[in-house]
Amino acid sequence: MAAEPKVDPMHQFAIEPLFGTDNWAIAGHNIAFTNSALWMAMSVGLLILFVSGGLRRELVPGRWQMAVEGFTGFIDAMLATNVGPNGKKYVPYIFSLFMFILFANYIGLMPIGIFGLHPYTFTSHFSATGVLSIMAFSIVLFVGFAKHGLHFFSLFVPHGTPVFMIPLIFTVELISFLVRPFSLGLRLFVAMMAGHVLLEVLSSFVITGGNAGPVLFAIAGVPSFVLMVVICALELLVAGIQAYVFALLTCVYLNDAENLH
Amino acid sequence: MPQISQLAGTYFSQIFWMLVFFGMTFVIVGRGMVPKVMATMTDRTARIASDLAAAQAARDAAEAEQASWNSTEAAQRASAQELVSAAKHQAALATQASLAEASTRIDAQVGAAEARIAAARSAALAEFEQVAAEIAQDIAQRVAGLAISADDARGAVKGTFVHG
Repeated sequence: MAAEPKVDPMHQFAIEPLFGTDNWAIAGHNIAFTNSALWMAMSVGLLILFVSGGLRRELVPGRWQMAVEGFTGFIDAMLATNVGPNGKKYVPYIFSLFMFILFANYIGLMPIGIFGLHPYTFTSHFSATGVLSIMAFSIVLFVGFAKHGLHFFSLFVPHGTPVFMIPLIFTVELISFLVRPFSLGLRLFVAMMAGHVLLEVLSSFVITGGNAGPVLFAIAGVPSFVLMVVICALELLVAGIQAYVFALLTCVYLNDAENLH
Repeated sequence: MPQISQLAGTYFSQIFWMLVFFGMTFVIVGRGMVPKVMATMTDRTARIASDLAAAQAARDAAEAEQASWNSTEAAQRASAQELVSAAKHQAALATQASLAEASTRIDAQVGAAEARIAAARSAALAEFEQVAAEIAQDIAQRVAGLAISADDARGAVKGTFVHG
């Protein structure tokens, strides 16, 4: 057999500039339009297409309108549960956040590889998820200080804390608060990357096993393929859950900012 | 791991395009479309609630109408019943009166007829007596050669008549 084909499970995450590499720049920083940016654009485009199907404003909704209203109702209910009546004004932001991440996760899992294209999941980059988590964190800080002023710091001292424990509790709570944007962004990035790496590694087992002859294919390739099918289903679940978790945690943090404790 | 190895060269592009496209999502979808979708849902909920309220009001009105109609019907039924029983009573009284009148008339007629019959009968009996007395007178004349006065003959016949 000739040179063993090398399957690099990390190659799927590589960012490749498509155009604008040379002259697109802001303040000396390159802003080349990459494959990552392309998939962000596709996510936005599909999302706009999807939601515009819900704009028919019919009294008796069709299936599409029903689906869109289901999502907005879901976000509305999530904010009502976690933030309360004050949460209504965050519906546009949380809806955008949830749907953007959901569409990004799902289009990154689409089996367009069979057409020779490479699906790309931009939520598997912390440089992308970090933007969303830092924005969520900024909104929490902005709303918290705008609404409660310096009283917002009482968030870090739970009710009933003994006086001598206040400095320690305050420090611990402050650290846990400051860790939030990192945990929020990293959780999504890690979940997406891990699933895609796992799928890629299993598929490399199928390919190398198939190339190594029928015996290895039977004992390594076929079980890997079956496992891949199952993990694909799991990944579809994870894609939805991670978008939900991101939106839910943003709601929980907004609740701290709106209502303190 | 491209996320880290390419970070230095790509972070600005990643952040920039993320802000651009997420900003587009927020402005077009979040700010532009979601409020309309939500307004449709709110309108529908309000419409359903008002329709339900209108239906409830119509139902209440219909029930009130039904109740008032029922009471009117009962009252009318009772008054009709009253009229019918009054008419029945009237008719019974009239029947009784005319029956009484008819029976008195019939009684009178029967009495008159009986009197006539009795008169005719007594007249006939008297004539019978006369005839019998004359026959008895005649028989006595012929058989015994006795001349019996008409009064004796009548008295003898009369006693027989009386005693049968």
